Parts: sequence; structure tokens; C-alpha cells
Amino acid sequence: MPRTHVNCTVNGDEVDFLSADDTSLLNALRDELGLIGAKEGCGTGDCGACTILVDGRVNCACLMFAPEAEGTSITTVEGIAQGDHLHPLQQTFLEGAALQCGVCTPGFLVSAKALLDENSNPTETEIRFALAGNLCRCTGYDKIIRAVQEAAVQVNGASK
Amino acid sequence: MRYAAPTTVDEALELLRSDPDSRVFAGATDLIPQIRAGRPEPALLIDLKRIERLVAVSHNNGTWTVGAATPTAALTADTEFSATFPGLSEASGLIGSDQIQNRSSWGGNLCNASPAADSVPALIVNDATAVIAGNSGERTASVADVVTGPGQTSLSDGEFIIEFLVNDPPANSSDAYLRLIPRTEMDIAVVGAAVQLTMDGDTVASARVALGAVAPTFVRVPDAEAALVGSSLNNGTLDDGTLDAVAAAASAACNPIDDKRGTIQYRRQVAGVLAKRAAQTAAQRAQGAS
Repeated sequence: MPRTHVNCTVNGDEVDFLSADDTSLLNALRDELGLIGAKEGCGTGDCGACTILVDGRVNCACLMFAPEAEGTSITTVEGIAQGDHLHPLQQTFLEGAALQCGVCTPGFLVSAKALLDENSNPTETEIRFALAGNLCRCTGYDKIIRAVQEAAVQVNGASK
Repeated sequence: MRYAAPTTVDEALELLRSDPDSRVFAGATDLIPQIRAGRPEPALLIDLKRIERLVAVSHNNGTWTVGAATPTAALTADTEFSATFPGLSEASGLIGSDQIQNRSSWGGNLCNASPAADSVPALIVNDATAVIAGNSGERTASVADVVTGPGQTSLSDGEFIIEFLVNDPPANSSDAYLRLIPRTEMDIAVVGAAVQLTMDGDTVASARVALGAVAPTFVRVPDAEAALVGSSLNNGTLDDGTLDAVAAAASAACNPIDDKRGTIQYRRQVAGVLAKRAAQTAAQRAQGAS
């Protein structure tokens, strides 16, 4: 199996790793770089549990071959807190109990962060459409939506 | 499996020649699920996204040139493009979630050759052309002639689509695309209907109607187009006789399958309803367009 040497930036750090060409970026992040936040749910791009940012845009890491990451800048859920200081979304998810089993949560956090980065005052409809690629089988979504709305208020408050 | 990321069209063609078991890809949003579902992995996968022409969008002398691997998210975010082709932009934006939108492309949506592909009926009614690379140089083909059956295209071995050409529509023209899915987001079309038309005052001067997910290939509906031409838009609505004729023609043009998403009878009925609603919307937009 041919292996490719991949150089990219992950959560602000320059990294390089060797990967088999047919390895998904998700498996490379988890197995080569030890970043196990992104999860494999469906493995076919339907559930969003593996959502990461590639050059600032949401992608399913399961739908990328690891060599495709060459030269890109990647953010995983591990990269959205500032040191020990949680991102407002992480805080509001915790406080609002916007999770039960937690498998989908890293994907939701990354998708919600991408939304708030682009639109810090989204409507409920905009939030629901932005998170349509993330499935949660526990919560019924309402607490997740409310947590994103609350985080948006905090983000806006912080920027004022 | 080996991965290659050529940076020129010629390099990609050479890679395709180098191994008969090779395949090009753009977003891989269909390819990876197909491999995971048991389809054999090609020996060589050729990523087209590092070729500048494949991901470039330009608008010169009345023609849009859209790289075949351009993410559909880039098109829906392009306000000039979306104002010119609201229906084509809507159709492109319906392919999957935001995650998928950052990877899905017209080239992939077309060459995966699912009859339910959302962007294709909208490309067809806008008379889009595909520019195809091959060993004997570049050729062009109408998008309407690319898909020949489920999973089948008219492209030969060693060929791939470089870019699409879409001309600005004439004045007083617009388009619309509607699809039915059982939920709000993230599903495959039960039926898709695209209409593009040009108005002359209150009268429809020309029209194109195409359907998806109702036959093994995409279907143009000449009888619906004929019913639209010459009809008039009064207070924002086409008359009932015209709309009934459009719906009847669309239903008659279907050759659908029964599956978990819908029965034959249901698909026929929905095709008629969507075709007339899309015609109405396109006419309203065209009248508003300057």
C-alpha cells in the first residue's frame, strides 16, 4: 500500500504524518495524530459526527482521503477552546445539557462554530439549516438549538 | 489504491492513460460511500481539485465558465451568479448538507449519473455545455447529452469534464428549480423539476422544462414547453389552462420507478405539480428581471 507524506496545519500547529492513500482524513486524525474528537458515525457523509473545518469550511473528515489535506489548515473540536477557556458554544452546550451520549457533539460544535464565525446573529431557521448535516439521536435537537442561540448572544456580547 | 493530485489537465490525462483501473474524482461525496458499500476500489484515484481550471469561476463576454470541481457552496455564495440563475443556484444548493456543499460539484453531480441529481435539470434548462478533456484534445457536449442511464455517461474512457459553459440568459429571462423530498433537508429527490423561460412583456416567448428522478435519464418536456410559449402572465399567474397543460405534459413524460421514496403514480402526479409551480415562479422572476 503506497503511503503519502502529508503536511498540513491542525489546530494551529504544523504537523506532518504518513498515511496510506486510501485512509480517510478522519482515520488519520484519530490514529496518526491522536485527535479523537471527530467521530465516525455513518462513514458516508450523512451524520456529521466527523465534521471538521478545512480552511475554515465545514467538511466531513470521513469523505476526504488523508492526502487531500496537504497544505490545508484544519480545525477539529480540540482546537476551538482557547487553552483552558472553553469556547462559548462548549460552555452553553454544557450548561444547557445539549447532549446526552455525546457522540455527535464534536461535530455539532464544529458546525455551530462555523455558523457563528460567518453569522454571529443567526435566526433559529438559519441554525437548523446550518446544522442539518449533523444528526443527533438523543436530544431531539431543541436543546442544541437553544445552546447555539445562547452562545450567539454571548459572542455578540463579547464583540460589543 | 494510489492517490494522485495533478495540477494540469494534461497531467491528469496522462495519469488516466497510465492505469486502466483509474478514476478521477472531485468531492468524493458519492465515490467514498460507493466504495464503502462494496464497489471495488480503483487502483489509482486522481484528485482533480488541484487543477486551477477545474476550480475556477469566471464571467466574460456573457458566458460563465465554471470549473467542473468547483464546490457548489462557492456558486450559491456568488451573488452575481445567483441573481443571474436563481434556479440553477437553488438546485446546486440542494445537494446535501453544508459539509457536502463544500465538496459537491457540478462535474461530480453530473458524472455520478444519478437520475435524481439536483443540479442537472437546472443545467439542462439553462442549455449548459460541458467542456471535456480527452486524449484527442478538448470537445464540448450539451449537458443534456452526458447522462445516458443510471450510472452511465457518454464520456469515453480517459475523458473527464474540465468545466461548464453557461451563457447569460436573454433579457427578461429567469429560471426555477423545485424538488420534492419527504423531509426538509438532506434527502434525494423524489422528483425534481426545472424551468427556464423568457418573457416578452406579459407573454412567454420561449421555455425549457426538464425533470429529474422520474426516468432512467433526465427528461426534457417539449409538450410543456409548447404549452408555455404564447401563454401570458396576468397578476403574477399563468392561466389555469396553461398550467394544467404543463402539468399533464410533465406527468406524461415520466417513466418512473417504484421505490421507497415514491410510487410510479405518485411520482407522475408530483412531476406535474412541480413543473407547473416551477413554471409560475420562473415566469414571475423573468418578468421582474431587467
